[in-house]
Amino acid sequence: MHIVSAYDEDLKYLAGRVAAMGGMAERMIENSISALVHNDVPKAQKVIADDEALDEAQREIDDRALSVIARRQPLADDLREIIGSIRISSDLERVGDLGKNIAKRAVAVAMARQPVKFFRGLQSLSELAAAQLKDVLDVYASRDVESLRSVRDRDYEIDAVYTSLFRELLTYMMEDPRNITPCTHLLFCAKNIERMGDHATNIAETIYYVVTAEQLPAERPKQDRSHDVTVEAGD
Amino acid sequence: MSEADRNASSAGPLAPYLARLGEARWVVATAAVAVFAVAFFSPAPWWLIAAAVLAIVAVAALLPRRSRQSRRREAQAQAMLGPVERLSAERLAAAVPDPLILFDQSGRIAHANRPAQTAFGAVQAGVDVRLRFRSPEMQELVRALLVGNVRPSGVDYAERVPVERHYHVNASSVGSGTGLFVLVFKDQSELRRVDRMRADFIANASHELRTPLASISGFVETLRGPARDDPKARDRFLDIMNDQTARMARLIDDLLSLSRLEMKSFIGPDERVDICLLVRGVIDSLTQLAREAGVEIVSDIPEGPIEVPGNRDELIQVFENLLENACKYGQSGKKVEIAVTRDADDQKGGAEITVRDFGPGIPDEHIPRITERFYRVDVEESRAQKGTGLGLAIVKHILSRHNARLTIRSVVGEGAAFTVHLPGV
Repeated sequence: MHIVSAYDEDLKYLAGRVAAMGGMAERMIENSISALVHNDVPKAQKVIADDEALDEAQREIDDRALSVIARRQPLADDLREIIGSIRISSDLERVGDLGKNIAKRAVAVAMARQPVKFFRGLQSLSELAAAQLKDVLDVYASRDVESLRSVRDRDYEIDAVYTSLFRELLTYMMEDPRNITPCTHLLFCAKNIERMGDHATNIAETIYYVVTAEQLPAERPKQDRSHDVTVEAGD
Repeated sequence: MSEADRNASSAGPLAPYLARLGEARWVVATAAVAVFAVAFFSPAPWWLIAAAVLAIVAVAALLPRRSRQSRRREAQAQAMLGPVERLSAERLAAAVPDPLILFDQSGRIAHANRPAQTAFGAVQAGVDVRLRFRSPEMQELVRALLVGNVRPSGVDYAERVPVERHYHVNASSVGSGTGLFVLVFKDQSELRRVDRMRADFIANASHELRTPLASISGFVETLRGPARDDPKARDRFLDIMNDQTARMARLIDDLLSLSRLEMKSFIGPDERVDICLLVRGVIDSLTQLAREAGVEIVSDIPEGPIEVPGNRDELIQVFENLLENACKYGQSGKKVEIAVTRDADDQKGGAEITVRDFGPGIPDEHIPRITERFYRVDVEESRAQKGTGLGLAIVKHILSRHNARLTIRSVVGEGAAFTVHLPGV
């Protein structure tokens, strides 16, 4: 609480805008994947158009945050909160860009009907990334940072599924050269989803820092390394 | 009656006057100071000043604070208040079976009833409702409410973690002038899933059923044509056809049981299940199958009950699927181990159940994906073992409904271990 209640209003407004951006980004992930899987070109075009709103929201948050810093000279918690909202909004904006890219590829892939098996892995990968982003943004509301500790484990899981998907798509390309075009697009889509997961992890780190003023502790030593596969074909 | 009057009425005959005086203390004090100030500069006699002060105090004490009209209005309103209106919003919310969230004019959550806590995790009071429900439609709905135009129709809201759910959300303000608003979530997951099930069935099942169907119709043709008079070939073909129809039946069974699971509305597990007893039961029911496969089941289950919240039938299916898989795909290892332990990491008394086989193991690149629907490490092997590609998908779905985790460890050539971590609370 501050003596000047308008200051509280400023901070609350920023948090509200960040959450709204999060909602838009979550929606873009969902819609872009569904457009890709269901061959839905109009939906893909809507995603591409929606990205503009996300960019606009980020610019607005930047402006507001700067003006709050200039007017209120925030310290400690408040300063972290404001810097945090700038960083989170830029991560969310990137998630939106990646979603837009998937939507663009969906239009290209939709040129011909592709077999269902191409999309199955992609769908489950996107579910993981969306779940990761949702959980992280829920913590932004609840401030229950303890649950962020599992974020890194789940990022590994996303990476592992991505690597496996990479192999699978390569085998389809080797089976039939006609698969190369759609599978290359899908490969980029998979990479985009994997990066969305990375942004969600970044946001988790930012939130942890905002709330505790400490860095999210490095991953605990895990006995289970089986998820951490590397392939020479991967990156 | 105002609060002060009500308190006073029980305290004594003088109390209401004192209370009124108390309420008017600032006005009385200011008036007294003013009178003294005037007296100081004018030659009025002292008794006049005293009389003026006394008059002010007497008027303040005797006259009611509000006009007769306003008192009458309040009395009427009080008389109109039925027992319903006096119920607190909180108690009313507790009686509603649907998730319900109350929030105030600034958007902060004032109260979330129990179904809401179950559905959306811990929804703390004081958190801005727009931070928790971020979808653009919800943002717009809350914004419209707060600026005062209540839309009669609600919006749709979907929650995908841990289990996909769809809600129709209705919003309205509570009473008039309370400054509270309410969101009521109506679960519509079932309707949505019926739609999706149809689409899924066409996409997945038709694809999976095509292969056995094609093989059956191929054999029918052969039996009508070249193999018409060959009793040996006929028997063999009929056997194969029998296998294929059995496979289609299994596939449909599995698909239906997966859809049934997905259709259920999301309610956290309510009963407590003794895992030790449950696993012993599963082992008993699969002994026959293990014997046929030439596999020995070695169990390490402690005596005492380890109770976790869960749905008995669903958990039985989890361990049946895991144990059956271990017997089938780890057949070459001749042995399957199943161990139940208390989860050491979990202070709330969770359980860990490990099913380990000593078969060929699972290559690393497949591990993250074997719980996907229809994902098969080795298509031929899976077909030979009568797998449907759905067993682990069912396991994963049930476990996510239980907030449980599945970890898979495997070394190629040495076998695979599936560990289920069931939380204690």
